[in-house]
Formats: sequence, structure tokens, C-alpha cells
Amino acid sequence: MATTVRAVPRGRAAHVLAYHLVGYRRTWRATVFSSFLLPVIYLAGIGLGVGGYVDRGHHLGVAYLSFLAPGVLATTALTIGVEESTYRVFSQFEWDRTYEAMLATPLRVVDLLLGQLAFVVFRALVAVVVFLAVMAAFGTVHSPWAVAVVPVGGLIALACAAPTFAFTATQSSAQGFSVLQRFAVIPVQLFSGVFFPVSQLPAPVRPLAYLSPLWHGVELCRGLTLGTLHPWPALGHLAYLAVWAGVGFALAARTFRRRLVV
Amino acid sequence: MGGDGYLISATGLVKRFGDFTAVAGIDLGVRRGEAFGFLGPNGAGKSSTMRMIGCVSPPSEGRLSILGLDAASHGPQIRARLGVVPQQDSLDVELTVLENLTIYARYFGIPRAVAQRRAAELLDFVQLADRAGDRVEPLSGGMKRRLTIARSLVNEPELVLLDEPTTGLDPQARHLVWERLYRLKQRGVTLVLTTHYMDEAEQLCDRLVVMDGGRIVAEGSPSALIARFSTREVVELRFDLADLDGARGRDIADTLTGLADRVEVLPDRLLLYTADGDATVTAVTDRGVEPMSVLVRRSSLEDVFLRLTGRTLVD
Repeated sequence: MATTVRAVPRGRAAHVLAYHLVGYRRTWRATVFSSFLLPVIYLAGIGLGVGGYVDRGHHLGVAYLSFLAPGVLATTALTIGVEESTYRVFSQFEWDRTYEAMLATPLRVVDLLLGQLAFVVFRALVAVVVFLAVMAAFGTVHSPWAVAVVPVGGLIALACAAPTFAFTATQSSAQGFSVLQRFAVIPVQLFSGVFFPVSQLPAPVRPLAYLSPLWHGVELCRGLTLGTLHPWPALGHLAYLAVWAGVGFALAARTFRRRLVV
Repeated sequence: MGGDGYLISATGLVKRFGDFTAVAGIDLGVRRGEAFGFLGPNGAGKSSTMRMIGCVSPPSEGRLSILGLDAASHGPQIRARLGVVPQQDSLDVELTVLENLTIYARYFGIPRAVAQRRAAELLDFVQLADRAGDRVEPLSGGMKRRLTIARSLVNEPELVLLDEPTTGLDPQARHLVWERLYRLKQRGVTLVLTTHYMDEAEQLCDRLVVMDGGRIVAEGSPSALIARFSTREVVELRFDLADLDGARGRDIADTLTGLADRVEVLPDRLLLYTADGDATVTAVTDRGVEPMSVLVRRSSLEDVFLRLTGRTLVD
């Protein structure tokens, strides 16, 4: 055969990430409220308001605001992870059909996934850095280990985004996303030890909290900002989040292929 | 290029979706520099075939080789050398007109500077240079289509696949698209397109296949197909609807027996397929048949199409 096979370009996923970043240059303002202002409002409203009551009991051994802040930080990472993986992903399947256009190039399904998940992680990293600065301003950072919440925040976002990508790929309309929000995201946010320790939950439901990736994220973030984290539990939490990210990615690759390569 | 001299070559190509067979075993050969068309009613299997050729849809059965490479194993390598204009525009509404080209170019590994230069040239080519910095959303349908065509050319493809390139466009926009596609063809780019506009097929295609029910029912150049499946001219005799009602239409047709190669009775017209239209009209009048109006025209691909795929509505 005389024809030379033109080499397939390298770094395909990086080009996908670059694409999402270019789009974000134009839409970032719309994300400021949900990603930055809302968490700060939580911190001020619940942390200071509810915190005033809670601290009178001295049950936590630490100011409520310091207890709550890392939990809200982890929640922010989860929120971004899910938010970026529902309507936005669905629109690329169904409304704008950008995936179809991308797959007509040398890009493969894994490139689309890796590039876009990298973008979700980027979004989370930016939000976590800003949030950490706000926490410092509120005097809730008690250990130099706190900087490690930045990569942990990225991992939480990935652990939540990857399975949500898989979920979105199975949806034929956008109705499923409000169901996901009501029956998965909100309960997880409420019962993963963000606002109160899971030890407050009745013993039979406590294991449910342990299943939630957010609880593991909250434990990591809180341990890091308070400086109370022990290495073995930390590794356990990291491993659990990594499993969610890994299994989520495998499922996403499968469901994306099923939807796009037909 | 494959050893058999074809840019695209398919044997026994089948595409199934569950129990439904969209493409039921077709053989194809498209040569370099050719403009090749797929004609067929909705659901004939045109788009499924195009998606297989575009290496985005794996064939269920059969062999498919594109640019001398096996489609099953070399998808990304083949796609690197293809241009694709999908049936529905898939432009990025978050990006500007120019960015839609430059970002897309990056997916092919084209360096940034080259992408910028090529994007500017392509916007010139499709007459959108003055909209380079605009958002895509407010563009007209014709402009979006032209931008999609420009995007498909960003990797300087040897083969461009166009799925219904002018559906939904106004006549001005259609003619501009045709003219640009013709220029591409002049440059030696191989074009493969689907359409259900017969004039489009006649304008652009050197060779075409008519598909129906997932199979190829005819193949050839537009003129060869007309010669084979129709006559040189068609006489259209228009009557009052009541005159052709039920058996009466058949009666008139019987009166005209022998005047044409074939007589077709429609609810409002009789079509007489004949070599010499004017002579046939004279003969019709001689037999005392008096239609409301008479039209003599050249046979078109549309006559071939309707003969091969029937007049039944397909949705």
C-alpha cells in the first residue's frame, strides 16, 4: 500500500480540555454565584448564626464555623462535579450535538471523557482555592495541611462527576436531572456529616452516610483544615473516592459508547 | 488508496439496530475525485451508510475500506483525513464563528498558527469572513450550513461526506453551497453526499446510487439512470379531478394505449413517458382526448426516483 497512514495527533484529551476552557472564558461569570457566593453565604449564615447556638454546648471540641467550613468546601466540590455533568453533558449529546462533531475527528470517546472530566476538576480546583482563602479569612484554617484540600477537592469532584456522566449518558430527556438532584444530591449533602457529625444519625442509617463519597471527602477536608487527620483513615477515604472515580469512569466510557458509537 | 483503485470500497455492508436492519447488504465503490450521491426516501439507509463511511458507526457485517484502510480497525486514522457535514448542524454555540474552526482544527492536531491561517481562508471561501468574531447562535440557517462546510474542510480532507447539505436552505443559499462544492470537486476533492433533491443530485453527482429499504436499487450517472429507467421526455396531461376518478382514469389511459412507452395515472394527471413529447401530444389530440392542460418536459432524475422507490409517502 503506497499511502502513508497519517499519524493520529497526540494529546487528544488536552485539546478537548482546551476547548472547554475557551468556552468557560465566556460563561464563568454565570458560575460565580453557585460556586463561590453560595458557599460563602452558607458559611456566614449557618456557620455564624447556627454556630452561635451550637458552640454554647461545647460538644464539638472546636468552633462550629471551623467544623462546618471544610464540610461546605467538600460540598462545593460535589456540587460542581454534578452540575457540570448533567445539563451541560446532556446538551452536548442532544441539543448542540458537539459530541457528534468531535467524534467525526480523530478524537475517541475516552478523549472526550478525559478532556471534559479534566475541565470539571479544573472548575473544582479554582472554586476550592477561592474557598480556602475565604476560610482563612474567617479564621477557620488551623493547619498547614489545609492546602491539601485543593487536590482532595479535585478528587471529590471527579468521584461525583464520573458516575454522573454515566448517568447522563443514559437519559433520553433532561427530566432525570431534577430527580437526581432531589433524591440523591440533596440527601447526600444533608447526611454526610457536613452540618453535624454522622454520629448524630440513628445507628441503622449511619452506614448509608459511610457509603456516600461526600462523607469521605468531608472527613478528609475537615481533618486537613483542623490538622487532626490520621494517615490510615486518610488513605481509606482517598481509596474510596478513587474507586468512585475509577468505576464511574469505566461506566461513563461504556454508556457514552453505547450512546454515541451506534 | 486501496489496491482495487477505490477510495471507498464496501462489500456486503450491513447495519442493524436491534431487530431493525437499516442497511441490508450493499456493495459500493467510489473513485478518487468523484462526486458520488446517495438518493433515497427517508429511512432508505443513506445516513446509516454515511455514518459507517465516516467511521463513527461500526458495520454489523461486511467489509468496508476507506482510503485504503480498514474502517473497523483504523477509525481515528481515517477520520483524520475525512471532512464530515452532518445532517443536523453541530456547531458550538458557545464559541465564535472563527473559534468553531480553530478549536476543531486542534482536534486534528493542526498547529495553532496553521489553524488560524486556514480558518481565515475557509471563512473567505464560504463568504463568512465578516462574521468571524460573531457568535454562532444568531447566524441564519444558510450561514450555519456554510460554516459547517468550512469546518469540515479544516483538515484539508481528501474525502468530504455531506449528509443532506442543503436541506432547509433557501434557493440563494443552496446555489451558493452548490457552487462552493463544485469548486471543491474541481480541486480534486472526492465528495460523497446524500440528498433527496433530484436537482441537487443532477447538479453535483457524477454517479449515484438509489437506495430503498436498505438496498441499492439502481446505480449509474444521472443521465444513464434517466436513459435506463425513464424516457427522454414526459408528457403531463392535467385533468379535472372528477375526470380521473376511479375507473375513468383507466379508461382514458386505455384510449391512449400505444402512444407512450408507459402511462401512469395520478389523481390529477396522466404521465406519458415517451421519446418525442410533441409527437405524442399530437397523437393524443387525434384520439379525441382533451385534457385541461398539457406540459411536455424532459425526463428528470425525479421520474427515475419515483419509479424506483414508488410514490407512497415515507415518514
